[in-house]
Amino acid sequence: MTDTPQTAAAPQGLSRRALGQGLFAAAAALYTAALAWPIFRYLKSGTQGADEGPQVNEVNLGAEKDYLPGSGKLFLFGSKPALILRRKDGHFVALFATCTHLGCTVKFAQDQDRITCACHGGVYDPDTGRNIGGPPPAPLKPLVVSTDGGAVVVRRA
Amino acid sequence: MSVHAWLDERIGLADFMSFLRKKEVPDHRHAVWYFFGGMTLFFFMMQVLTGLLLIVYYQPGSDSSYGSVQRITSQIEFGWLIRSVHSWSANLMLLSAFFHMFSVFFMKAYRAPRELTWWSGMGLLGLGMGFGFSGYLLPWDQLAYFATKIGLDVMEKSPFIGKELATMLRGGADVGVITLQRFYALHAAVLPVLFMPLLLLHLWLVQKHGNAAPPSVTEKKSVPFFPTFFYKDLMVWFLCLNLLALLASLWPWDLGPQADKLAAAPDGIHPEWYFMSQFQLLKFIPGKVGPVDGELLGMGLFGAGGVLWALVPLWDRGSRGRLVNLVGLGAVIVLLVLTIWGYAGVAGKG
Ligand code: HEM
Ligand code: FES
Repeated sequence: MTDTPQTAAAPQGLSRRALGQGLFAAAAALYTAALAWPIFRYLKSGTQGADEGPQVNEVNLGAEKDYLPGSGKLFLFGSKPALILRRKDGHFVALFATCTHLGCTVKFAQDQDRITCACHGGVYDPDTGRNIGGPPPAPLKPLVVSTDGGAVVVRRA
Repeated sequence: MSVHAWLDERIGLADFMSFLRKKEVPDHRHAVWYFFGGMTLFFFMMQVLTGLLLIVYYQPGSDSSYGSVQRITSQIEFGWLIRSVHSWSANLMLLSAFFHMFSVFFMKAYRAPRELTWWSGMGLLGLGMGFGFSGYLLPWDQLAYFATKIGLDVMEKSPFIGKELATMLRGGADVGVITLQRFYALHAAVLPVLFMPLLLLHLWLVQKHGNAAPPSVTEKKSVPFFPTFFYKDLMVWFLCLNLLALLASLWPWDLGPQADKLAAAPDGIHPEWYFMSQFQLLKFIPGKVGPVDGELLGMGLFGAGGVLWALVPLWDRGSRGRLVNLVGLGAVIVLLVLTIWGYAGVAGKG
């Protein structure tokens, strides 16, 4: 075998050895892909739709009379945390509770009548959601509240 | 400076390579058996790979176990394939480990200085069966549930520590969620932690002593392990990979109905094949043999046989070759007969 003149076996200058190596490399690449592709798809398929959850457009939060003026609490709008506040004059405000700085969940600090973020000291105005202190660069995203027939209902803005 | 030289200076690559090259593999007409240890190793590596993938989606728990396996097989892309490969490769790993053990036995490769290689190998096989037993429960389907019940009952009948061990594994008197949690801990954490160092010891010893030629082989031909035999090993692994892919995709592993404690055991229920011989022994042995409990006697005999088997390097130090062959043949026949008999007993019933 090794004595065969290479030019005779492969006139185009492609030696047998190179051909063999090429075939081997191609087969190896094929097998690698056949192993890697299912693993890649397998690991990827669980992540689809994991962070969004089903699309929610409206949440019913129960009877209006259960909310004391000046109070506030967290609830889930779909998979996202949100705040419902009843102001002292009796009207409702609803905001997404994800801090616009680095994404912590904010809280309503009733004693200061402010929305605060514990992570880096962000402060928001409870009537509008405007960022009024600390690092947050933008206001909290608003939701729309209606109180039809005594029930508090929150919808997308 | 080349990468090779850089690494060599720091971790002594050259020493490692000469350690690999030092070993010779005897070349004779029984040499084909030298592949089985390597095959076992290959299937074990497949278990590690697919097992790590399965724990990404598996959720242990009385409700979530079944549901998550169902999700893996029906919703996660290629999940059915990963699970099927894991189940098939588990069986092939144990099958090749058994072949490996018997070939080592008949070639008398356990003789000095390879006693520790033999014992570490026995340990690996025991842990391997533990993997199989604990893993079988995890999908929490009807078959898994009852096979585990039976397996633990078999264990319960073993003398001395049998009862204690079975209760400990079960986490109580009945197979339940606590058992499931324990088996998951065993299967995915405890056993791997025990298996890996033992495997390294085993492989290091094999490398250190080289493969033994059976006493019947007199001509001293051999090939270097690295690279000659190593490439042959790789070829065999390649065949194993193709076989595994075929089996796993043509006969994807089944998932039965969810385990239900109120349901009666299905007809023809039996454990996996590597526990079939013990199962059959308990089935046919009468309740009382003279004054002693029949099941206890049966498992006692089985256990004593196992101990004799493990101690072969001590009772055969080179002069009892014929006796060893007879014992080995006897063991093969007993195991085969019990296993085939066991399958005949459940055939057509489930
Ligand atoms: C369960 C996992 C196991 C793995 C991954 C494994 C792996 C290997 C490998 C790769 C070899 C070298 C190739 C060969 O001789 O076949 C070997 C040799 C050996 N194994 Fe295992 N083995 C396992 C189980 C066992 C069992 C159950 C026994 C016996 C009780 C055993 C006893 C031995 C002995 C004595 C040798 C040396 C054989 C010789 O010198 O020719 N091993 N093993
Ligand atoms: S994340 Fe809220 S202030 Fe930084």
